[in-house]
Amino acid sequence: MTTQVLNSRVNKTMNKTKLSFLILLLVGLVAPFAIYPVFLMKLLCFALFACAFNLMLGYGGLLSFGHAAFLATGGYITGHTIMQWGLTPELGVLAGTLCSAGMGFIFGKLAIRRQGIYFAMITLALSQLVFFLYVQTPFTGGENGLQGIPRGELFGLFSLEGNLPMYYFVLAVFVIGFAVIYRTIHSPFGQILKAIRENEPRAVSLGYDVDKFKLVAFVISAALAGLAGSTKSLVFQLASLTDAHWHMSGEVILMTLLGGVGTIFGPIVGAATVVTLQNYLSQGPLASWVPVILGLIFVICVLLFRSGIVGEIQKFMKKNFN
Amino acid sequence: MSSDMKKDIEQLRIADLHAFYGESHILHGIDMKVNRGELVTLLGRNGSGRSTTLKSIMNMVGKRTGSIMVNGNETVGMPAHQIPHLGVGFCPEERGIFASLNVEENLMLPPTVRSGGMTLDEIYEMFPNLYERRMSPGTRLSGGEQQMLAMARILRTGANLLLLDEITEGLAPVIVQTLGEVLLKLKDKGLTIVLVEQNFRFAAPLADRHYLMEHGSIVEEIASNELEEKMDLLNTYLGV
Repeated sequence: MTTQVLNSRVNKTMNKTKLSFLILLLVGLVAPFAIYPVFLMKLLCFALFACAFNLMLGYGGLLSFGHAAFLATGGYITGHTIMQWGLTPELGVLAGTLCSAGMGFIFGKLAIRRQGIYFAMITLALSQLVFFLYVQTPFTGGENGLQGIPRGELFGLFSLEGNLPMYYFVLAVFVIGFAVIYRTIHSPFGQILKAIRENEPRAVSLGYDVDKFKLVAFVISAALAGLAGSTKSLVFQLASLTDAHWHMSGEVILMTLLGGVGTIFGPIVGAATVVTLQNYLSQGPLASWVPVILGLIFVICVLLFRSGIVGEIQKFMKKNFN
Repeated sequence: MSSDMKKDIEQLRIADLHAFYGESHILHGIDMKVNRGELVTLLGRNGSGRSTTLKSIMNMVGKRTGSIMVNGNETVGMPAHQIPHLGVGFCPEERGIFASLNVEENLMLPPTVRSGGMTLDEIYEMFPNLYERRMSPGTRLSGGEQQMLAMARILRTGANLLLLDEITEGLAPVIVQTLGEVLLKLKDKGLTIVLVEQNFRFAAPLADRHYLMEHGSIVEEIASNELEEKMDLLNTYLGV
């Protein structure tokens, strides 16, 4: 009797998530007819970036302060391979993603033994190293960055020059990235990650090689951050040093915390909030105040609603509608 | 598969074990031996080093020297995550239930370390409470249910050497009784159990042998048939 009730409740929540995914996908499909597509594409890229970061922080419990390096690597490699080697966009994006994954593996190998603040500092140091490397090496174009990256033709068939086809390509990339994260979280692997985050010694004493699991999570996260960077470089036809700067690492932390760390939709909401604010404020008289306003919002978020926008909504729903 | 046949096979042998937490020297040369199918308790006051002995076997203390053989494998110097794969199941004092996973996910989390572990159905048969609550989050259970979950979790892995740390602590008498029955069932299955226990009256009828600990060393070994004559000694060591 009780188990049936329980089962039906589990099914209900499953159906609810499925339904909300479907609604979101529909919204994503019609959105470019109502809102400027380039803005939406920027939003999706940052949302994917924040989701990738959330996999580390929200589910692995590891605060990486160097995710900008992966975003930038994805962008530069994609730009370079498309401009110099004449790759098609999907191959360029793939190359960027793979390079970021490789860099994630190296970062992870070096940083993962350490915990807490030490982990954050090592990732920050490594990403600063990468930043200065990109300032100096000729293939990135130094201060100028890579400009005029052609969007090219998808599979050599469909031109992505127009904003609408480009938008649907970005949406597809986002959906794939998001699906990878969703699957990772809801797999036995994801459960082990949660267990490690909660009680690492216990996970070890059950017989898990904790460092190996953290490393895999780190590589997945780095690869998806790279995917976001690669796609972004195609959208703006530009790969620049801003992506590699530590400001970007900080921004993605802000997005994730603001939206709700450890929730599946949180990073998307957080990225949407931050990107929208930046876009609207930078056109008005408050343009030079954007960092101050974002900082204020961050302070308010930490003081008043610590579990982020989505986290607070979930709490509210649980309290009142369960 | 009767347990009598295997009585003389050594499952765990600890020789001259010293353990340290940072600067402080906790265990001063422990020697003990547990045969397959035996149920052995570690008795002693708080802080006498009983839990540390179990943690040392799992390589969860700062530093350890000496020798710990599990099923004939030397484990000093072995990485902590490999030790469970020798067939050791550890149930820590604080239980270590994962709050973000539900009961069934908690049960399914540990990797299978050897064949012959209990299936999910067998576990639910042994602990009917867990079946009823299998979809609730791990830490929403009562203390007794959490303890059952912590034990059930290592039974599924097929571990044949169970290290149980204070499993009756703070539980209602009815649940303590149930846990006693569970331990007897496990013993009948031929599992080897090392039990750290505060509650002597719970442990006495179950155990084959007792090790008495004081200040980080073993001061006395008592077989269950010698209990009567050594009761005075026990009272001096355990008495408050």
